[in-house]
Order: sequence, then C-alpha cells, then structure tokens
Amino acid sequence: MLAFIARRLFVSALVFLAATAVVFVMAANVGDPLAEARQLPSGQAQEAAIAEITERMNLDEPVFVRYFRWLGSALTGDLGVNVTGQSVNAMLENAVGATLQLVLAATVLSIVVGITIGVISALRQYSGLDLSVTFAAFLFYSLPLFWVATLLKQFVAIDLNNWLADPKLALWVIGLIALFVALFCAALVVGDRRSRVTTFVVAFVAMCALLWALSETGWFADPGLGIFVISLTAVAGAIGFTTLFSGLDWHSPPMRAAMAAAIAGIASALLLDPVLRDPNLATIALLAVITAGVCFAIGWLLGGELYRRSAVQSAVFTGLFTGAVIFTDRLLQSFASYSDMKGGRPVSTIGSGTPNFQGTFWQSGLDSVGHLALPTLALMLISLATYTRYTRASMLEVMNQDYVRTARAKGLPERAVVTRHSLRNGLIPITTLTAYDIGTVMGGAVVTETVFGWRAMGRMLLDGINQGDPMPIMAFFLVAGGAIVAFNMLADIAYGFLDPRIRLS
Amino acid sequence: MRRTRTKPAQAPSGTDAVQGMGVRTRTQGQLVLRRFIRHKGAVAGMIGLGAIVLLAVTSIGAGPIPGWWPKDFSSTGTLVDGGKPTLSLLPGFLGGSGLQIGEHPFGQDNVGRDYFALTMRGTQVSLVIAFIVGIVATFVGTLVGAVAGYFRGKSEAALMRLTDLVITIPTLLFAGMVAVMAGDRGIVVLGLVLGLVTWTPTARLIRGEVLSIREKEFVIAARSFGTSARRIIVKHILPNTVGIIIVSVTLAIASAIILESALSFLGLGVQPPDTSLGRIISDYQNALTVRPWLFYWPGLFIIGIVLSVNFIGDGLRDAFDPRQNRVRD
Repeated sequence: MLAFIARRLFVSALVFLAATAVVFVMAANVGDPLAEARQLPSGQAQEAAIAEITERMNLDEPVFVRYFRWLGSALTGDLGVNVTGQSVNAMLENAVGATLQLVLAATVLSIVVGITIGVISALRQYSGLDLSVTFAAFLFYSLPLFWVATLLKQFVAIDLNNWLADPKLALWVIGLIALFVALFCAALVVGDRRSRVTTFVVAFVAMCALLWALSETGWFADPGLGIFVISLTAVAGAIGFTTLFSGLDWHSPPMRAAMAAAIAGIASALLLDPVLRDPNLATIALLAVITAGVCFAIGWLLGGELYRRSAVQSAVFTGLFTGAVIFTDRLLQSFASYSDMKGGRPVSTIGSGTPNFQGTFWQSGLDSVGHLALPTLALMLISLATYTRYTRASMLEVMNQDYVRTARAKGLPERAVVTRHSLRNGLIPITTLTAYDIGTVMGGAVVTETVFGWRAMGRMLLDGINQGDPMPIMAFFLVAGGAIVAFNMLADIAYGFLDPRIRLS
Repeated sequence: MRRTRTKPAQAPSGTDAVQGMGVRTRTQGQLVLRRFIRHKGAVAGMIGLGAIVLLAVTSIGAGPIPGWWPKDFSSTGTLVDGGKPTLSLLPGFLGGSGLQIGEHPFGQDNVGRDYFALTMRGTQVSLVIAFIVGIVATFVGTLVGAVAGYFRGKSEAALMRLTDLVITIPTLLFAGMVAVMAGDRGIVVLGLVLGLVTWTPTARLIRGEVLSIREKEFVIAARSFGTSARRIIVKHILPNTVGIIIVSVTLAIASAIILESALSFLGLGVQPPDTSLGRIISDYQNALTVRPWLFYWPGLFIIGIVLSVNFIGDGLRDAFDPRQNRVRD
C-alpha cells in the first residue's frame, strides 16, 4: 500500500509540474500586458511606462526563461507581482479564504445531500419519489449556473428579506409546504396503501400545526430551539443513529451508549453556557474533539466485548450530532440581533462578507452564512444532481449483485443488507466522481463569484486573463489545479483502500 | 458490446416465422432503435431539440435558407408598449389576451431590437458551437482512447499522462484562455478550440472499452491474419464502441452549451458583434428588474436545449447498453 501511495504521489507531482508549464506558456500569450501603456500618448511617458512593465514582467526574455524564473521563486513561496506591481501573494491571501469556503461548503453539502437522496431514490426505485428525483436531477444538471445564480440573487434574496421583515406564513403556503413534506414521508414508508395514507395524513397535520404555531408566535423573526427541542432532537438522533448502525433494540448496549451520549450533550449544553456566549473558532474545534473523545469512551465502556464497535459508532455520531444541534441553536438565537445590525436585511447579495464587521462569534458566523447561503445553493445544484444520479445508478447496480441476494437469503435484516453490503460497495465509484467534480466546482465558483460580486479568486483570474497578466493566473492555477490533483490522489488512495483489486494490480 | 448481425428478439410475432419458431429476427440496429423509441424521455428530447433547431433555423434563416420572421436581430426600432413581450398563450376567457404572436413575441430591448430575432440568432450560434465542440471532442477523445487502449505500453502511458495533464487544468481556466487566444476569429474557431480542451472524459471511456475489446477472439483472429493495427482499430474495434461514442457526443454537446454560455457570460467567449445565448444573458443581466423578459428567454432556451440533449443521451445509453435495463424490451 505504501509503495502504491508513493508511486501515485510521484506521478501526480510530475503531471502537475508539466501542467504548470502548459498553463504558464498559455497565460503568457493570452493577451498583451502592454496594451494599457500603448494607449498613452506616444512620447517619453509612454516609453517609460512600457519599459517599466517590460522590466517588471521580464517581457524581454523568452517565455521559458520566465517560466523557470517563476518556478524557482514559486518553490520558495514567492508568487511574483502582477502587471501593476502588486504582490500576488497578498492578492491571493485576500482572495483564497472566501473561495475555498464557498467551494468546500458546496462540495461537502452536495456530497452528503446527493448521496442521501440517491440512496433513498434507489431503494424506492420507480416510486413517485424516485421519478421526481430523477427528473429534478436532470433539470438541475441542465441549468446554466450564472442564470440560476442571478435569479436567486434577484428574487430569493430580496423576497426573503422582505418576508423576514414581517415573517407570517399565509395559510396556503403552510398547506403547500406540509403537502410536500407529507408526500416525501409517505414515499419513504414501506408497506401497503393504508400505512402510506396514515403516514401522509399524520405528517400533513403535524407539519401544518407546527408551521402555524411557529408563524403565529413570531418564531421566524426571533428563532431558537430552546433546551426542550434540543433534548428531543438529541434523543431522536440517538435512536436514529443506533437504528442505522445496529438496529432498533431498546436494551442493546449501542442504544444505551447513544442515549448516554445524548444526555451528556444536553447536560453540557446547559453547563457550558458561559463558554458558549462568545467563543472563538479554536474553542469550538476543541469542544468538537472533546465531544468525540468522550463519546468514544462512553461507547467503549458501555459497548462491552460484543458490541464495542457499533456502540462507539452510535455514541460518537450521536454526540457530534447533538453538538451540531446546540451550535445551530446558538446561531439561531443570535439571528434577531444580527438582523438588526444589518438593518433588517440579513440575506446579502453582494460580497463575501460585511466589510469591517464587528460582532460576537455567532453574529459573524451568521454574517458568513448570510453571504454564503445563496452562492453555495447555486453552486450546489449542479453537483447535487451529479451525485444523486451516480449514487442512484451505482446503488441499483450493487443491489442486483449476487452477494446482496446471499445476504438477504441468509436472513440479515434489510438495514444490514443496505448499509453493510450495498452502500459500502455502491459508494466506491463515488470516490472517483468527487475527484472529477472538484474541477467543475472550481470553475463554477468563478462564475458564482462574478454574479455575486465577490472580490475573490474568480475576480483575480478574470482580471489576469483580460490584462494578459500571467502571475495571477498562475496563482489561481496553483490553488485550483492543486485541489484537483490532491482530490484525484485522495480518491485513488481511497479507492485502493476500498477495493483491494486496484492496489494489487 | 458485441455486435451480432442477427439476434432473435424476445417479442414473438407470428407474421415472420423463422423455422416455424414464430420469432422475428432483428438486427442489432433495429433492437437499439426499438429500445430508444420506447424511452419516453428520449423521444420527448428528440421532439424538443428538433423543434428548437427548426425554429432557430427557419425563423430568421441561415445562409441560403430564407427566414419567415421579417425582423432583423441587429437593427433597432421604436419601442412598442415599453418593449413588453406580445406573445400570449393564455386564451381570453382565462384572463389572457388570447392566442397570439404579436409584433414582438419576446419583447424588445432598450433600443428597440426585436428580442425574438436576437434570441434566435443566439440559439443558432450556441447550437453551431456546441455541435462543433461535440464532434471535435469526441473525435480527439476517441482517437486518443483507441490508440492508448490498443497499443498499450509506452504510447498508452504517454497518452494517459497527457489526459491527466489536461484534467489537472480546470476546464473553465483552460477553455477561457484558449477562447481568448482564438480571439474574434469567429464561432467555428471557438468551437474547434473548445473541442480541443474537452475531450478527456471520452478518451478515458473509450480506452476502458478498447482495453476489454482488444482481448476478444475476433481481434486476435484479425491480428493473426496480419491485419494492420490501423485497420483493426477502425474496422474491428471502433464499430463495437459505437454506442459509447454516440453517447459521448450527446454528453459533450450538452456540456459544451453550458461551457460556451458560461464563457460568453464572463466575456471570454463569443465576441460582439456576434452573439450567443450566454452573451445575451450577460448583456442584459442588469435589466432583470426592469425588463425581466430579456433575461428569461435566452435562459429558457439554454435549459430547453441542454435538457433535451441530456434526455436523448440518457435514452441512447439505455438503448445501447440494456444491462441497466431501465427500459424493458
């Protein structure tokens, strides 16, 4: 395995090096960096300007010499200067954070949501849900990103802000949302018509009541979960994760471990209140690590010899889930104050953050969310469609394999057949897809940033191309191409781990 | 996919009894066509794409074909009713103004250009570029994949590293740079250079397929006769990958429309005075609040084209590769 990784690393590095040369040669020829200087009235000033730029960019040297000059300084961490003499390192530093946030959020969300929807849709093949998901995936896949992004920016943002000024849901909106949720729930249920109808009615009534209550109490203007809802969600999470990992059994050690983790989470939500008032990112990360560690210990102790593995899994997932719920609660609680700070229009359409924003950790968190939400949503749609389609196809193929039939024949519960036998094998091809997708998302980020007016890497790249300025283009390529190479390599290695045939050949 | 000249079909039909079995023989082509026609999405896609192509070509005409639409996409005019679209599909008794096309069905822009003619021109340009990209990308991809897969060894290593290299460069960056370098040499050149940067998925697919076909008996037989490598690839191997190739063309066309419109939107693709669907959206994106129709029509046409092509591609894949069995014979 080590030899496999080493060989893969070596080849990737060589390919990336060759790619930098190709991109540099093209970037050096993409336009005329002297175009602006040539516009000056001819005379001494023009000559001086041309000479200055020529000197700064070494335009008098052949392109290969310039490439090696760039390579040499890039290896020491100096990315050169752009056509106006600005340091590209400084430009990149300002730009890279926002772009990576956007790309990462869109990728992670579309992987998680896409795989989930794809699996559900494959398990309910040819149902109404499956057909709608398939069609929606086709539609999203065919949408031009910039068109959707502009629509989202123009309508969703403005309408949402208007609505948040007086957040009351009309009765027909409540009915419509409840109808969708109820249809979705009914499609998930296995069984005869009667249980489906029951699920539909129960879900519809419950959803209507919930939305009506939220709307009437003005919850949307000043949201929050409160300790009661947090506890309820944590316990539901414990039951859900245990069911997923080891089956629903109230007296089994994994269930006990998960419940213990949930209770520990609820208790810490109350005890840690002073810490959670205004933490910083390091505190949150530390808390997450502690949570994982504590839950691991709970699972280890309560699991016993026989159930250790699934107890640890259920406890850790429950703990982290509870943490996420508490985190969301805190964000929601700060919503009213943040909305006031933004003059009642919390969803932003321009830029990647409010300039010079001062606020608590939660308020600046909401500021990021408010700016990221719409671009991420736009960027997600296409990847989401890809992941859904491929997961569905891959799951369907695996579900027809002989070993799945064997697993069913030997009497394993359907849950174990799906999670242990089908899902594991079905997800192998998805690793390769991730590597392909990251390049598309990187390109999509350029488009999205342009629509939403971010001053991030997309702007840097487009300015570079329009001014015939190679250094910013190279900086963009180092980040984007680097991400593609890294993801490709990770996918190959993951593939090697998941499928022994690859690394042995 | 092995190609067999004749293959008994499952569906019995009494009309053409072979050896008294009551089974009709169908060629592979007939089987594929049958499966394709039974795919509802694919047929809908064919109709949709056909309608769009027909509308774009006949309305304002192309080359020698005269158009039936009297207005020109570049000449300005006087604004009628603030440039609102006159197209109405809602009959009068439902509150609409009846079925009518009107003077400017898609409305007018701020200087009174007829927006229907402009959108049709954009559709033509986008379609031409997409078809060129699809064909070039598939041709290059097939060539690289077939050579790499058939010869193995050093040439395979070199070609696949080349493919890896192209994959490493984000498509938008690569395509943006070659498009700018191609400059305003017209849409055909733009299509050609875009095809030269989007061939990698096809190359990988074809190589994988060729790797398995080259081990088949009929290739070994052909080699034992002393058939040249070129002839084996062209006459024996590629005909067996025709399904993948056709599917590749459709997928490449769909992604080319999206890529071209994104580039034109960023100002890197089609240059004025010519226009394309992406270019139109880019030109009028600030008009969204005052003249929303300037934004909707080109977007809807992009979605219509891409959705149709994707459905056709899906139908073709099912028709050529019945193992997925989404459409039952």
